[in-house]
Amino acid sequence: MIQYIIRRTLSAIPVLFGILLVTFVLARVIPGDPCRAILGEKATKAVCDRFISEHGLDKPLYTQFGVYLNEIAHGDYGRSFRYGMPVTRLLVERLPTTIELSFCALFFSLVVGIPLGVISAVKHNSWVDVSMMVWANIGVSMPVFWLGLMLAYVFSLLLKGTPFWLPPSGRITAGILSPAFYDVWGWTIQGTGLWRGVLEFLGRLYIFNAILTANWKLLGDTLTHLLLPSLALGTIPMALFARMTRSTMLEVLGQDYIRTARAKGLPNSMVILKHAFRNSLLPLVTVIGLSLGGLLGGAVLTETIFGLSGVGRTLYEAITARDYGIVQAFTVVIAIFFVILNLIVDISYAYLDPRIRLD
Amino acid sequence: MNDITEKIAELDAEGLSLKSVSLWQITWRRLFRRKSAVVGMVILGILAFIALTAQWIAPYDPIQVLIGVEQVKMRQDPCIHLLGCPQDQPQHIMGIDGNVRDEFSRLLYGTRLSLMIGLSTVTSSIFIGTILGALSGYFGHWVDNTIMRVMDVLLAFPSLLLAIVIVTVLGPGLINALIAISIVSIPAYARVVRASVLSVREMDYVSATRAQGGNTFQILFKRILPNALTPLIVQGTLGIATAILDAAALSFLGLGAQPPMPEWGSMLGSERNQVFTAPHLVFYPGLAIMLIVLSFNLLGDGLRDALDPRLAHASG
Repeated sequence: MIQYIIRRTLSAIPVLFGILLVTFVLARVIPGDPCRAILGEKATKAVCDRFISEHGLDKPLYTQFGVYLNEIAHGDYGRSFRYGMPVTRLLVERLPTTIELSFCALFFSLVVGIPLGVISAVKHNSWVDVSMMVWANIGVSMPVFWLGLMLAYVFSLLLKGTPFWLPPSGRITAGILSPAFYDVWGWTIQGTGLWRGVLEFLGRLYIFNAILTANWKLLGDTLTHLLLPSLALGTIPMALFARMTRSTMLEVLGQDYIRTARAKGLPNSMVILKHAFRNSLLPLVTVIGLSLGGLLGGAVLTETIFGLSGVGRTLYEAITARDYGIVQAFTVVIAIFFVILNLIVDISYAYLDPRIRLD
Repeated sequence: MNDITEKIAELDAEGLSLKSVSLWQITWRRLFRRKSAVVGMVILGILAFIALTAQWIAPYDPIQVLIGVEQVKMRQDPCIHLLGCPQDQPQHIMGIDGNVRDEFSRLLYGTRLSLMIGLSTVTSSIFIGTILGALSGYFGHWVDNTIMRVMDVLLAFPSLLLAIVIVTVLGPGLINALIAISIVSIPAYARVVRASVLSVREMDYVSATRAQGGNTFQILFKRILPNALTPLIVQGTLGIATAILDAAALSFLGLGAQPPMPEWGSMLGSERNQVFTAPHLVFYPGLAIMLIVLSFNLLGDGLRDALDPRLAHASG
């Protein structure tokens, strides 16, 4: 097992290198003059020349790539000219929103999608099964942004004044504060190093922070704000999981060992949960891994619609404002995040199925 | 032996005599027996009809601004005579958009664009993906390694995100969005083709062709690649659905089709802040996107089941 983990982790290194190379090249071929883009249209030739030599942009490309790799290795992801701060600070600020949203959406899609799939398979060809699969097909075909806007319309406008009203935008209601757990606990943090960054990052995960500080009002408010975006973002994966669970369950339920289990008189629930469901979990792990990319891409759209300032929306705004520092850094970070998630999925797959690691 | 006779009896029972029926005829029949696939084909047929006849069935020009032409207001609600809209008002069954144009006509013309987007991106990525996958699978060694590592890197980015970044480099616009989406979907096809090439490369009939003096080109295109056709058809049909969704998402963000082009994603995107005041301008384009994506998904699923010999007797 350990051998497999090492092998799989090592094989991710060329991919990471490729990601860095691709983003580096993309950032260099983006149209427009980097000096004028950062210093403004009015920058004179002399100023520009100094800027270019200061940033090493007159060196050969491979030297620039070496410098870039070195910077990345030292945690320097460049600066955003629009916000005038290092990109890493922006990440500490914005990444928690995206992580919270993606996890809530994933949680929702798993908790709803898998049971739906199991029920569908057990009641194969009944009206429950048929109607569920019709909905699942519609679910995978919906554009995220359309679903998000329609949910906002129904829950924020049509249901206004009812207890089902949900806020259409933002992370928390204005006026509600989220004091970070380290402040509540009276920790004093010196400097601006990595440790502080990590603490701030954790403090901005509102759900996590609210639970740590037992701030139930904040927790409730955060969750109500997250409900609509997670519903919008989670619907497509939910439909995918439901379909996948159903088809693998159907396959497993037709196996001989299920007949054996039934024949020896095990209760039906036991057969379904212990014998069938556990064996159909395996392909599901792959689908979860595959849907993570869609989730991260969908986060760009969902955050734009629901006014959440997460990584996706920041990236989109950076693209329209031509803030290449952010575009390059955020793409790298999201891609690395994605590679690590896939690594975890692969490893858990090998853990669940010994045939893979022994291959 | 027993297996084969059983199989023949089974096929005969299904009305699929083994004598003069080709794979495509069997597939076709199986496809028609699946309700979901038929639903998909019907929706697709209607959409294709609309796309071909848009200029005759659309009541208005999709980019004509109706100011001074009719008494209509910006973002006016739908007016349908049958549902009690006064007869003296002009009929606009999906209302008026933010630039005072007929939403329904724009929607009809949008069908053309969407079908065009789906078919063109998938055709080009299948073309490139097939070449890369075939080279990779057939020659192996460093060719395989190089091509597949590049594909791995492309797959390491969430697809929509990579498309967004590529469009940023190329500049916004429909053609650039199509190029971006094509690039992003190449790895899927390359992998499919590579897998089928690998599975038959060492088979006896391929060696036989080689022994007969067949050249690489012949072996690859006449003997090996036809095996990749069925998985490619399935992947391609499902790929059209994804391509349409991604293109709509890019246009929604303002990176794809530019106004006044009647593209569904961009129609939806330009009215998204009006969702509370003019929901019909968001609802209908999204519904149209969903329908077209749904039809390709249903058809793709049906094709997969119909073309998969393993499922032949399980699902008929």
